[in-house]
Amino acid sequence: MPETITMEVWRYRPEHESEPTWDAYDVPLRKEWAVLDGLNHIKDQLDGTLSYRWSCRMGICGSCGMTVNGEPKLSCSTFLTDYAPGPVRVEPMRNFPVIRDLVVEMGDFMAKLPAVKPWLVSDDEPDEDTEYLQTPVEMDDYKRYSMCINCMLCYSACPVYALDPDFIGPAAIALAQRYNLDSRDAGAEDRRDVLASAEGVWACTFVGECSVVCPKDVDPAGAIQRYKLTAASKAVKDLLLPRGAR
Amino acid sequence: MPAWHNVVIIGGGGAGLRAAIAVAEANPKLTVAIVSKVYPMRSHTVSAEGGAAAVAGDDDTFDEHAYDTVSGSDWLCDQDAVEAFVVEARKELLRLEHWGCPWSREQDGRIAVRAFGGMKKKRTWFAADKTGFHLLHTLFQTALSYTGSGRRGGSGIVRYDEWFVTKLLVHDGRVRGVVAVELATGRVETIVADAVIVCTGGCGRVFPFTTNANIKTGDGMALAYQAGAPLKDMEFVQYHPTGLPFTGILITEAARAEGGRLLNKDGYRYLQDYDLGTPTDEPVLRSMELGPRDRLSQAFVHEMAKGRTAETEAGHVVHLDLRHLGEKLIDERLPFVRELCASYQNIDPVHELVPVRPVVHYMMGGIHTDINGATPLTGLYAAGEVACVSINGANRLGSNSLPELLVFGARAGKAVADFVATVPGAATAPVIAQGRDEENRLRRELSDHQHSDGERIADIRTEMQETMEAGAGIYRDEASLTKALDELAELKTRFARASMDDASRTFNTELIAMLELSGMLDVASCIVASGLRRKESRGAHQRTDYPDRNDERYLAHSVIRRKPDGDWRVEYLPVSITRWPPGERVYGR
Ligand SMILES: Cc1cc2nc3c(=O)[nH]c(=O)nc-3n(C[C@H](O)[C@H](O)[C@H](O)COP(=O)(O)OP(=O)(O)OC[C@H]3O[C@@H](n4cnc5c(N)ncnc54)[C@H](O)[C@@H]3O)c2cc1C
Ligand code: SF4
Ligand code: FES
Repeated sequence: MPETITMEVWRYRPEHESEPTWDAYDVPLRKEWAVLDGLNHIKDQLDGTLSYRWSCRMGICGSCGMTVNGEPKLSCSTFLTDYAPGPVRVEPMRNFPVIRDLVVEMGDFMAKLPAVKPWLVSDDEPDEDTEYLQTPVEMDDYKRYSMCINCMLCYSACPVYALDPDFIGPAAIALAQRYNLDSRDAGAEDRRDVLASAEGVWACTFVGECSVVCPKDVDPAGAIQRYKLTAASKAVKDLLLPRGAR
Repeated sequence: MPAWHNVVIIGGGGAGLRAAIAVAEANPKLTVAIVSKVYPMRSHTVSAEGGAAAVAGDDDTFDEHAYDTVSGSDWLCDQDAVEAFVVEARKELLRLEHWGCPWSREQDGRIAVRAFGGMKKKRTWFAADKTGFHLLHTLFQTALSYTGSGRRGGSGIVRYDEWFVTKLLVHDGRVRGVVAVELATGRVETIVADAVIVCTGGCGRVFPFTTNANIKTGDGMALAYQAGAPLKDMEFVQYHPTGLPFTGILITEAARAEGGRLLNKDGYRYLQDYDLGTPTDEPVLRSMELGPRDRLSQAFVHEMAKGRTAETEAGHVVHLDLRHLGEKLIDERLPFVRELCASYQNIDPVHELVPVRPVVHYMMGGIHTDINGATPLTGLYAAGEVACVSINGANRLGSNSLPELLVFGARAGKAVADFVATVPGAATAPVIAQGRDEENRLRRELSDHQHSDGERIADIRTEMQETMEAGAGIYRDEASLTKALDELAELKTRFARASMDDASRTFNTELIAMLELSGMLDVASCIVASGLRRKESRGAHQRTDYPDRNDERYLAHSVIRRKPDGDWRVEYLPVSITRWPPGERVYGR
């Protein structure tokens, strides 16, 4: 194994330059090192001006999404040795405005989140002293969609979002489905307007890249497909049946 | 006009979000702001794995949970706080269930519970081994329903995402707001408030090898200390016995609760040599691998001294054996453990031994509060890992922290809602003037460090971390602590002249690292100074020069306070004992 690897890092400092540039750094190639460790080495030892987000370094906080050699990745769980002998190219996630260097603006997602009402809607006040019952089988219905860490890799991979920033997007729809399919929830109607709108599931052309890149196996593409079926059968029913019988 | 809110909460982790919801519920007319240096769902609560403790089954009682907590704490907790905690923990975990938290279930649909270290009954609720992740996202999503457009309405919870708080503003003996930097723009803003709740989490990053995320730099402890509020029991730092050797990533105690075993390099279950019980095939509660963390981490040090640990590139390790649990159980109950082992250690625990070693994990000490989260400084409250109520005393039991941040987050929120209803309005001009001073100070800091002849911030940070490990690790003594204190003083001087590369205002993470390090040097000094004064061994504070517990002199909380001249003063406060007089801690017999 060579001792170092070259990291080519996308740089953009809006106060100093109008166009992005590339900087190359040689970092130690250690078998335990993730791409994030390489960036930390640069930041701590070579160039303190490099900016990026990270926190947990264990693939659960969702901070460290980047484009590594062209693919959306969590930089804390993507390893340098997989790119040896290099160089390895690190860019910000695609489809987002860049604030600086590898830091993207994700306010758009944060603003969309409340629109899908990602909280449990219940019709009655629960009994303070007991839980709602929910069997493991019932939990399996939504469990997968509850695993999203909001890392934004799916948005970065989504060709629809690239063209239509109003698209609610994979993770937000998966999250809505996480609640819709929860046996304790009664909010599916409340979420319907947004989900079944032109910027909701119908904007998706089923490319499926979101599920390919998702590091937590959430399968947002599956969530979207499933909702399309629900919405379609609901629409048919709405058309055919009198209101009371729906 | 500066920003103004009735309540400012610093931190959007479990404690901060729970407190915000409590304020909004107590009085929907109040405006409450969460100021957080990361988006709330990135907070470190997200990485808690094993579970949250509260009485669940009919075979368990509040008293038993309380007793386990008290004996686990080596009698240094406050028993009135513990008694309230165990009752409210159950309510809080049920609340979370009602908010949608996907707790793991029994076949019949009831909540499932698992064993945990130091607990005599199975009472740890869990969501597989991603409990903190589910808890945090459930809280965050529920909090969204309290925002302006959410269904629960009210004045709502507003957020300052990616804003870093640099100072608490105190006027006339009362906390009146904060100063914060917006990361994206570098804008410095004074946020005036009637009360502030600090929920900034722990400070594991003052040590070199920790389970804690990059953001756990103890900022809140430093902010409170500088504002004149006392810190309590700072010498008690928890080492978790099972971290992955290179990264420090945690392998949850749940792995042992499900039946995992600790082996030395000869494959021997060495815990039996340390008064922790006799090995059995099935895990026995409060015994062997299910002993408390302080005792297990200490056993490792002795095992290493005897030459019975395995040596690796990343230091000495013992092995966690999960192989006999089988793939099905591991995938069902410990999927994250398997995922972490695969990614970060390149092994599969279904077939291989997991190398582990003790790792800095949790801060028992923190900002001194009463049972409602109030600090001695009017208008200042604290909750979560940053606070010290104390229910954890000299050693926290695993799975007590998540319920703690819910119980005391909620209590602090309610208390603050009451407080702001009664406080008189006060002039904001002096507060704003202070905010301007702070803005100027920040600007000076940024420019003063713009030179290239000083040391790098990262190098000073690394040296501080090594100093802490050497001087205030699992075992300490007078000499090691004194040396650490001297070194920290020297590091502070060097830090004042450190260099920065980055002069820009936009997302300047080097500036944040610099501000964090400045606070960490204070927090580290408080840990060492408090440890130096406590001449006994109790729980996680083990002095080789004073190996015994000394209830006569030290059954008391240490409280460290900053003096106006920058020096500090350590005093002691009584421990509240309601029903369990100090006794021997017995495990495995
Ligand atoms: C790996 C791991 C596993 C764990 N597992 C368990 C478990 O199974 N069971 C259990 O009970 N406990 C567990 N713990 C402990 C528990 O997770 C923590 O004690 C708890 O989550 C702390 O929550 P908190 O809300 O106090 O702080 P955090 O979740 O750390 O949140 C702190 C917040 O403060 C903000 N903040 C900090 N400084 C500033 C600043 N200067 N300006 C603005 N904002 C700031 C941050 O942005 C963040 O939002 C675990 C801990 C670790 C490290
Ligand atoms: S669905 Fe997957 S890729 Fe998308 S944000 Fe969630 S975890 Fe990330
Ligand atoms: S740093 Fe948390 S997911 Fe990578």
